[in-house]
Amino acid sequence: MSKKLANAYLILVFAVLYAPIVFLIVYSFSQGETMTNYHGFTWRHYQTLFSDARMLAIVANTLLVALLSSLIATLIGTWGALGINRTTKRVTRESLLTLNNVLMVSPDVIIGASFLIFFTMLKIPLGFGSVLMSHIAFEIPIVVLMVLPRLREMSSSMLDAAEDLGATTRQLLTQVIVPFISPGIFAGFFMALTYSLDDFAVTFFVTGNGFSTLSVEIYSRARQGINLEINALSGVMFLFSLLLVGGYYWIQQASQKRKHRKREVAS
Amino acid sequence: MRAVTKRRTWLYFIPYGLWLALFVVAPVALIIYQSFFDLGHHFTLGNYSTYFQSATYLKMTLNSVWYAFLITLFTGLISYPTAYFLHQLKHRQFWLLLVILPTWINILLKAYAFIGIFSQAGLANQFLTFIGIGPQQILFTNASFIFVATYIQIPFMILPIYNSIDDLNPAFVNASRDLGASNWQTFRRVIFPLTLPGVKAGVQAVFIPSLSLFMLTRLIGGNKVITLGTAIEEHFLTTMNWGMGSTIGVILIVAMIIVMTLTGDKKPKGGAPR
Amino acid sequence: MKRLLSLIIGLLAVCGLLAYTSQSLEKSSGSTGSKVLNLYNWGDYIDPNLLTKFQRETGYHVNVETFDSNEAMYTKINQGGTHYDLAVPSEYMVSKMKRAHLLQPLDKSRLTGWGNFDQQFLNQSFDRGNRYSMPYFWGTLGIVYNDKMVKASEVQHWDDLWSPKFRDKIMLIDSARDIMGMSLVTLHKSMNTTDPQTLLAAEKRLNTLAPNVKAVVADEIKMYMIQDEAPLAVDWSGEAAEMLAGNSHLHYVVPREGSNLWFDNLVIPKTAQHYNAIYAFLNFMSEPKNAAQNAEYIGYATPNKKAKALLPKSVRDDQEFYPDQKTVDHLQVYRDLAPNIVELYNDRYLEFKMHH
Repeated sequence: MSKKLANAYLILVFAVLYAPIVFLIVYSFSQGETMTNYHGFTWRHYQTLFSDARMLAIVANTLLVALLSSLIATLIGTWGALGINRTTKRVTRESLLTLNNVLMVSPDVIIGASFLIFFTMLKIPLGFGSVLMSHIAFEIPIVVLMVLPRLREMSSSMLDAAEDLGATTRQLLTQVIVPFISPGIFAGFFMALTYSLDDFAVTFFVTGNGFSTLSVEIYSRARQGINLEINALSGVMFLFSLLLVGGYYWIQQASQKRKHRKREVAS
Repeated sequence: MRAVTKRRTWLYFIPYGLWLALFVVAPVALIIYQSFFDLGHHFTLGNYSTYFQSATYLKMTLNSVWYAFLITLFTGLISYPTAYFLHQLKHRQFWLLLVILPTWINILLKAYAFIGIFSQAGLANQFLTFIGIGPQQILFTNASFIFVATYIQIPFMILPIYNSIDDLNPAFVNASRDLGASNWQTFRRVIFPLTLPGVKAGVQAVFIPSLSLFMLTRLIGGNKVITLGTAIEEHFLTTMNWGMGSTIGVILIVAMIIVMTLTGDKKPKGGAPR
Repeated sequence: MKRLLSLIIGLLAVCGLLAYTSQSLEKSSGSTGSKVLNLYNWGDYIDPNLLTKFQRETGYHVNVETFDSNEAMYTKINQGGTHYDLAVPSEYMVSKMKRAHLLQPLDKSRLTGWGNFDQQFLNQSFDRGNRYSMPYFWGTLGIVYNDKMVKASEVQHWDDLWSPKFRDKIMLIDSARDIMGMSLVTLHKSMNTTDPQTLLAAEKRLNTLAPNVKAVVADEIKMYMIQDEAPLAVDWSGEAAEMLAGNSHLHYVVPREGSNLWFDNLVIPKTAQHYNAIYAFLNFMSEPKNAAQNAEYIGYATPNKKAKALLPKSVRDDQEFYPDQKTVDHLQVYRDLAPNIVELYNDRYLEFKMHH
């Protein structure tokens, strides 16, 4: 009974989470021009999308920035979380955490404007590089926030035991710590990806020289009303990420099963 | 061995410390610096006195804190059971990824979708008509604003809570049951306290950004809810009074420090299972 | 750990692939090389077919970058680090940029289409003699109403909005200057007033409108009006044109007693580099045929007289978007006010928003 209740609850939550997305995708097939009044089925918006080289280039740019920045931010953030976790003084740790969170609390406009001032002061050209650096910058704090709780859970006795067994720092890190905190690292990576894909204000301020991302394009189009081409694009990207996630999970499952079987055979 | 690892601690901080210096300390210094200048670029304390003497800003601050609190509360109430039940599923990692997936769709687009769903002729009202309540004004109410804001924040809360549940050692739960605790007692005394770090991480990831929400206040709330985010947006992008905007930014940072201190981890007490 | 490493390598490979894709896509659309023009424009504010045509005729490829507010664009150009050849600010922003020495004067001797423009839209207060700007589109501020719920005769004037029968029925565009300006018109004051007392009176007047205000929104107002969410809205003509296209029950009125006349203009920022391309583009866009095509695509009113003549009669004679001379005479162009006055407008407006 409680199992059923739990499932019903989850179904409800997922229904709400996906309702707006289904709405967007349904309208990407509407013959109208806006997300009002469904006008009958068409593939037209998808045709427009795939013949729009500028838009496709923007999509590639967006994904490139998102993946690369999340990757680098995850590396730096995990490293930083390890460092924070090692500080013994509570004051140091708290102040580090506070500094860490500054970028999360500051509204995007402020961050964007100050990054812009910063880049132009250092004469860093605006474009792909500046956008990438900014994205890395505002993604790091969320990675730290995701990794840190996991590190705290790690018992020091486990580390001591490993050290007593003669593990070097390097072994300790690669064979004990990182495997243990990897769920936190993954969570951090995915959240970083989310932040990157969603960001408009910061990207807007620090971009230039022809480089643009999807969010900037969507926001600046709002004055003319959002085109259903954008809906079609969201639909494609959503399906693509769904396939990616599903595929990745399936491969992982398969390999785990194989390992499992091997282990059973071995024992 | 210990000494070696100790000495190497600073190595960890090279990339992270560089980031802190370049992208956190420098911008914060800039923001604080700017907050002392007025529109004519003269040094002044006027921005702060304006802030603390104006009923408008104080009311706005209270508003922001109140709404951020409500959003965090609802997000937490919805997310905790979701994370908990998700963790019991067979393909739980897959489902967890499905929780994150919707966040990859642009927020402006999702807001437009909600406008479509909540409007007079939208799906929500069709449903209400169908069950006999009849169409209601849903958009531009505080409830719809909180709903959509909660919707946006849910994944950011589920993830850390899920992770902390994942870390939970089932031995503690079993021990508690063996000692005759009821499900509720086990939850209240064992599971919840042990997953608190996740909840705290979630609160930090949700409450702090909620203080400065601005776009949803207009799109869904119809500007009936005015938060500090709205004011900052206006100062930076309409009046171009960066001094006043930075002042509010400084105040947000201070508010964040307060939140961090409140949710920060205290020294574990004597009997904590560790 | 091994799995983690292979994941990282995999991600890097994907990144490389994406970089290659974006490079080749950009090359195929020809955006690299020296024959380019960097246009900084509002999103979706030019017919893309015209850009292709321009490249075919002149060989210049147009790189479009987009912004979503005048102020954001100003910050970008002011801060430097960019290379925009042309930008599209609104009228008050032209004078602000002029004052900040961000603009370069137009070389009229290189402009061939100047005679195509309607005299009444040239030589405006924001740029006397059009030394720096060429008008792109123009429009007004007015009332959009839905004839299913409101009769035309009920909303001919700004004062009509204050009627108690419109309780909770009006949507306002979220713009301090415009909403304060509307209130000022009903008080028979200038939309450019700098008197704090008058502005206070305008706020008081707005506060009495608060019960009728359903929401204060921005771009999404179009979607709301098309969906019959509200019967009345105060918005710009450009936005109204979009709404009318999406819902045949909607109409647009410019109150005769006065309203705002706005312009979007092409200007050459300090950062410009490709002068031949700039003048080729300005001349191309002022050709009647091209201007007309653009006006049909965007749906805004063109200041190009000869282009207007090429538009379908139904558009040309549309009183809603090309109002008669009498109405035009009462329209006021926003002047670029001193920063502290702009601040005053915004503070009063913010108080009004907090009030309702």
